Amino acid sequence: MFRVIATRMLVPNMHLLVVEAPAVARRMMPGQFVILRASEDGERIPLSVSNWDAEEGTLTIVFMNVGFTTARLASLQAGMTIPTVVGPLGNPTEIDSYGTVLCLGGCYGIGSIFPIARALREAGNTVITVMEARSSYLFYWEEELRDVSNRLVQITRDGTKGLRGHVGRLEEIISTSQDPINRIIINGCTFLLKRGSDVSRPLGIKTVVSLNPIMIDGTGMCGVCRVTVGSMTRFACVDGPDFDGHEVDWPELLQRRKMYMSEEVVPLRTSRCEEHSAIARKMSHG
Amino acid sequence: MDETARKKLDLNRREMPKQTPEVRRHNFNEVALGYLDETAVEEAKRCLQCRKPKCMSKCPVEIEIPRFIKCIAEKDFSRGAGILKQKNVLPAVCGRVCPQEEQCEGGCVLGKKGGQIAIGRLERFLADWEASQGEMRKPEIARSTGRKVAVVGGGPAGLTVAGDLIKLGHQVTIFEALHMMGGVLSYGIPEFRLPKAIVNREVEYMRSLGVEMVTDFVVGRTRSTESILEEYDAMFIGAGAGLPWFMNIPGENLNGVYSANEYLTRMNLMKGFLFPDYHTPIKQHRRVVVVGGGNVAMDCARTALRLGAESRIVYRRSREELPARLEEVENAEEEGVVFDLLTLPTKYIGDDNGWVREMECLKMKLGEPDASGRRRPIPIEGSDTKISVDAVICAVGNSPNPLLSATTPGLKTRKNGTILADEETGKTSMDKVWAGGDVVTGAATVILAMGAGRKAARSMHEYLSTF
Repeated sequence: MFRVIATRMLVPNMHLLVVEAPAVARRMMPGQFVILRASEDGERIPLSVSNWDAEEGTLTIVFMNVGFTTARLASLQAGMTIPTVVGPLGNPTEIDSYGTVLCLGGCYGIGSIFPIARALREAGNTVITVMEARSSYLFYWEEELRDVSNRLVQITRDGTKGLRGHVGRLEEIISTSQDPINRIIINGCTFLLKRGSDVSRPLGIKTVVSLNPIMIDGTGMCGVCRVTVGSMTRFACVDGPDFDGHEVDWPELLQRRKMYMSEEVVPLRTSRCEEHSAIARKMSHG
Repeated sequence: MDETARKKLDLNRREMPKQTPEVRRHNFNEVALGYLDETAVEEAKRCLQCRKPKCMSKCPVEIEIPRFIKCIAEKDFSRGAGILKQKNVLPAVCGRVCPQEEQCEGGCVLGKKGGQIAIGRLERFLADWEASQGEMRKPEIARSTGRKVAVVGGGPAGLTVAGDLIKLGHQVTIFEALHMMGGVLSYGIPEFRLPKAIVNREVEYMRSLGVEMVTDFVVGRTRSTESILEEYDAMFIGAGAGLPWFMNIPGENLNGVYSANEYLTRMNLMKGFLFPDYHTPIKQHRRVVVVGGGNVAMDCARTALRLGAESRIVYRRSREELPARLEEVENAEEEGVVFDLLTLPTKYIGDDNGWVREMECLKMKLGEPDASGRRRPIPIEGSDTKISVDAVICAVGNSPNPLLSATTPGLKTRKNGTILADEETGKTSMDKVWAGGDVVTGAATVILAMGAGRKAARSMHEYLSTF
């Protein structure tokens, strides 16, 4: 069992979970993920790790409340336990001295790009971090990201902060950059990964994307996470999750991600009153 | 043999009751129901108690078969269970899933006349009888040696090593990547063939002997092999063959095309058949095709059938070459799985939303025997056929998961990814490290993995006793 240290809603629908998993925290590297279960009857879901503390033995995970399991995770409170946190899984993001690196994060990826930006900065790179959201109220960790970046740029769909528009604005961020961009790293929803890669492809800038397909075991056993990259089938869990964004078969990935969409809502069609009152009872009894 | 030869031979192998096909195809309960006491005794009494028992020499874990059968014949079930457990740490499992026809029962002298003793059923009977008595008898455990052993993988090989070494007084920790112990017994073999309550019972028994079990721990990721070896005196790798093969034909990444591992893991480990009470989603398929002819293929086809689909096996050779146990093939046939034999899938075709809807196949004929000794399937030109499907399960084999060997530089592997280990001892190229089971042989059976575990445990004990 893994103890929950803290939970908090960062911005609407975006949650933070700090969980105790000492063995995992000791080995964690930027770009890796964990698989967790919220309950004994729960499914296994992969989540990127946004920060960790090897000494305290904790992992910090930012996730969006999008379905049954993430709703359960969001309802956890400090002191409660979850049955599975396994990792670190996947290959770490390659960190080297590239020159100038643009890190783009959207959604939960604003959190998971943080340790990557930090490591790149520590490796001597000039780091330009771009945060993307529909509106300014969805931004979190601005200060954290500013601390590890040479420059922080924000894009909002409604123009309430930073550049107005969508990830297409990346093009001018790149073209107006004082230093040529040597590498782009993108974390976030599949749409962001795809659109970002579309922008950088004609510019010929190597673009690394962290894929997030459906997974079960996360160790290469089930193959549900397979993606076509450069016309080869790869398992995102063990061969990735990072791949060259210019080589990923995006239509296939987007389709595969929708595989269980109609089923995923089924467990949501209950009030979950019983479950909530059970949690409340448990909490009141300490 | 004189005396026994004079006794009138009883060749009437006692049947074990089963759920009828009409009933069982709608539920996930165990198909076979087990012997009643009196049937078990009758069956045991047929045993000739050969002086040189051929059954025993064919058992990979060297169970003293005639002795435990004699106990059943004498209604001393408790002593029988004790004899069984001396050599087999998972008797309730083996009694259910071993290919006895090729092993113990294949050696039985009565088999020449078609009446071989139902050794597997008797083994199962004793194991279940003991469990029904409540407290399970514990073997003698040697005084602590102070030696620590790490076992990688909580499947049949690892459990056997752990069971053998704990009895010899060593301290054993099993590291399991998934959230449940049992390996293929938990994620692979379906409930209707091996109830998970039985796997849990055997695992809990091992825990009661003092075996420490750490789940959710991926050796190579959560902790390196080297780091574990600094703390432990020896390591056994029984990580299984977890990497699913695909056929590399067009359309294999369409939605609705599963590896057998994914399909079975969803159903068994994650209990998808109980969705939405358990939260791992499964699809309601109508027409499922399973590609392959082994036990895993039968498990998939019979699972799909139980979920209400029309279920077909597509296999490129003929019925005779099916690698699955005959018993499982017959069970599948009885339940209504359709067999499209001498058929090879060549392409999957999807709809506009990326879901598989059709598969193209070629009909085959059998030619000369190939390297495996089986007649080689040859495509018949112009025999293209199409099958309409909404799910395909690819059950064409597995090889070892490369994760462990990739993160352990000192470990020598063969080209196919299996770990190089001495056949007799299981010793690998790495100091203090042994390996056995599917990770060494490639996908095989539960009992062969247990046999390899037994041999490795012996060699490890010898090594641990030298210092």
